[in-house]
Amino acid sequence: MRKGVPVKPYPRLNQQQIELIHRASMEILNDTGIVVHGKEPLELLSSAGAEVNGSDQGGGYKVKIPETLVLDSVKKAPSEIKLGARNPENTLLLSAENPRVYYGSGSETNFFLETALKEFVPRGEDNSPGYIFPTYSSRRGCVEDLCRVAHLANQLENLDFFIRPINIQDEDITEENKDVNKFFAALDNIEKHVMAGITDLNQFNNIVKMGQIIAGGKQEFKNNPVLSFISCVTKSPLQIVEDAALRMIAANRHGIPVVISSSPQGGSTAPIEEMGMVSMINAEILAGVVLSQAAEKGAPVIYGSVPVRARMDNLHDMYGAPEFSQYNLACVQMSHYYGLPNYSAGGVSDARVPGIQATVEKSLSHLFVAQGGTNLLHYAFGLLLETQTFCPEQAILDNAHIGIIKKILEEPEIDKELKEKVISGIDKVMDSPYRIFSRSARKYMRSGNMYMGYPFEGGEEKDNTMLRVKEETERLMEQPRSCLPENIRNEVYNQVPGILPRLVKE
Amino acid sequence: MTQEHILNEIRKNVIQGRRNAEDEGLDDELAGEPGVEELVDQALEQNIDPQEILNQAISKGMEEVGVKYENGEYYIPDMLAAAEAVGAATDRLAPYLEQDNQQKKGKIVIATVEKDYHDIGKNIVCIMLKGAGLEVIDLGVDVPADKIIEEAANREANLIGLSALLDTTMGYMESTIKKLEDKGLRDNVKVLIGGAPTTPEFAEKIGADAHCRDAFEAIRTIEEEETR
Repeated sequence: MRKGVPVKPYPRLNQQQIELIHRASMEILNDTGIVVHGKEPLELLSSAGAEVNGSDQGGGYKVKIPETLVLDSVKKAPSEIKLGARNPENTLLLSAENPRVYYGSGSETNFFLETALKEFVPRGEDNSPGYIFPTYSSRRGCVEDLCRVAHLANQLENLDFFIRPINIQDEDITEENKDVNKFFAALDNIEKHVMAGITDLNQFNNIVKMGQIIAGGKQEFKNNPVLSFISCVTKSPLQIVEDAALRMIAANRHGIPVVISSSPQGGSTAPIEEMGMVSMINAEILAGVVLSQAAEKGAPVIYGSVPVRARMDNLHDMYGAPEFSQYNLACVQMSHYYGLPNYSAGGVSDARVPGIQATVEKSLSHLFVAQGGTNLLHYAFGLLLETQTFCPEQAILDNAHIGIIKKILEEPEIDKELKEKVISGIDKVMDSPYRIFSRSARKYMRSGNMYMGYPFEGGEEKDNTMLRVKEETERLMEQPRSCLPENIRNEVYNQVPGILPRLVKE
Repeated sequence: MTQEHILNEIRKNVIQGRRNAEDEGLDDELAGEPGVEELVDQALEQNIDPQEILNQAISKGMEEVGVKYENGEYYIPDMLAAAEAVGAATDRLAPYLEQDNQQKKGKIVIATVEKDYHDIGKNIVCIMLKGAGLEVIDLGVDVPADKIIEEAANREANLIGLSALLDTTMGYMESTIKKLEDKGLRDNVKVLIGGAPTTPEFAEKIGADAHCRDAFEAIRTIEEEETR
């Protein structure tokens, strides 16, 4: 199992505030109601005890969900979920009660940011050695990018799970073959857990088949779910959408873990104030949980809260806003209040390129949202420009910075046994001629648990960080890939229709 | 133990940075085993030539430590531990080597200057210089110029090391050098300075012989001076 970061969650909300939000959410679900689209979700909710009102004239039915049904449903859903991986050492254990924070990538940006290093010589200083600065260019992502990024992610020691950070937009990628290719490109290049949403419900069985072949059989896939799903069941404000709901229900019925994700935007599709935002997103996700448990009692579902704030000059998402971390932290608490594992977001910057703004915005939410004790913190690697751009060099930087945060958040090692050792060590040094504690640092230094310094530190009075990061990106990209064994690749290719031949033959 | 075996054990323990049996070193299995002090005593009891102990065990061990540092395998705490072990060994060997009229690499009087009580850097330099085979006379902290000069003259030191952490006390380095000149002793010693606020430019300005950024630079400077 991957270690993750076991945290004692920081309680942003006190118990009274949690209960107030719970009450508000219950009133939203029971009195305001949620709009539901689609026959099957409606029937499931209705037969579970929700009240369906009115008639559908293209605008969906208003459904009122009583508190008893909500509480009964969250009780049915497991509070502990295991996510598997090609390499079982990368298994993740999501527990609402004793959370470990896992950091992951995500989520399907359209643009890939290339970094080039150029040398600039100051005007009039033709003989000086010049300065190296990064320059950036953006282009649309393709399936080969996804393979390379999964390969890179496999080597980032602080990346615990993988959600594709780049959309595949090749000419030969169609609506029908997109799902199988995005899952295959990821699973063939990374030995960690792979999560994704699917575009086409018709591809669901093919993806499950792929998972079963890779895990080594149907039962093996149940025991070691190498992949899981994300489904944005709700569209804010307060609507359950049919196609996403059906994709979730399919996963529920197969017993495959699924994130019930909602991503309202404070200031446009949700209230901007924390209480309004959290009360509403909580209601939306709980409605999804009710639906999942109506579809399959005990289905493993993850409370997927991705609340964001609008920027007021263009109504885009603003991830660097402190409210983003506040919303996310509060949602983590709500999810654990219901005993549900949590999936939230952190580590996105609104900046277009790596730099000071990106580092500050990313690091703060990497740290704060993790302190809440989320189980899965996605969006954490390489995302820039409000999740519109992925930059591999930024992912390398994020990996280093998350390493620092994981170290900060690790549990204190203080116990009775250690006390005696500490006192005897201090006594020994106080009796020595120079009273220097460096001797005892030697083993600690080699424990593998000591921070050894910023990996991209420059030795000169200029910032060479991006130069070193670029070198590291190239070094990692050139390492041999950890592809699936040849027979498994061929079996997937032969049994799962739609996989591009070039992905298997190259 | 044969001579070869015991010299090898001393060398190994220098690399491990184990002064004596109480030191852990790096490898767990060495806990409680004799360290450099016990092994040197044993070697002397077995009448092994002190010069052999110094050359074949201690210096070789320290050379290997230097290589490990250059390779990035060892860090400062390892260097200090090894230097401490060497210092402990040379203390044991000193009376025998003096009998044999063996000369130390050099003799340094070292101090943190007047009104300055900071000594971490100075202590590290002391350990490393001793490990490098110098005779180190450490006068401690807040040492007036007269005392430094008196000790250097009485002990016939060829080097003076001055340390300061504060910009308000680094001026005492200059007055120490001035007093050396006034007493006509300036040509007898080389003066090395170091400490956070000091720079090579400052060293030059006050008439010091060298500015040493750290213990390694101090060793290098002294060794270069010797070969001159």
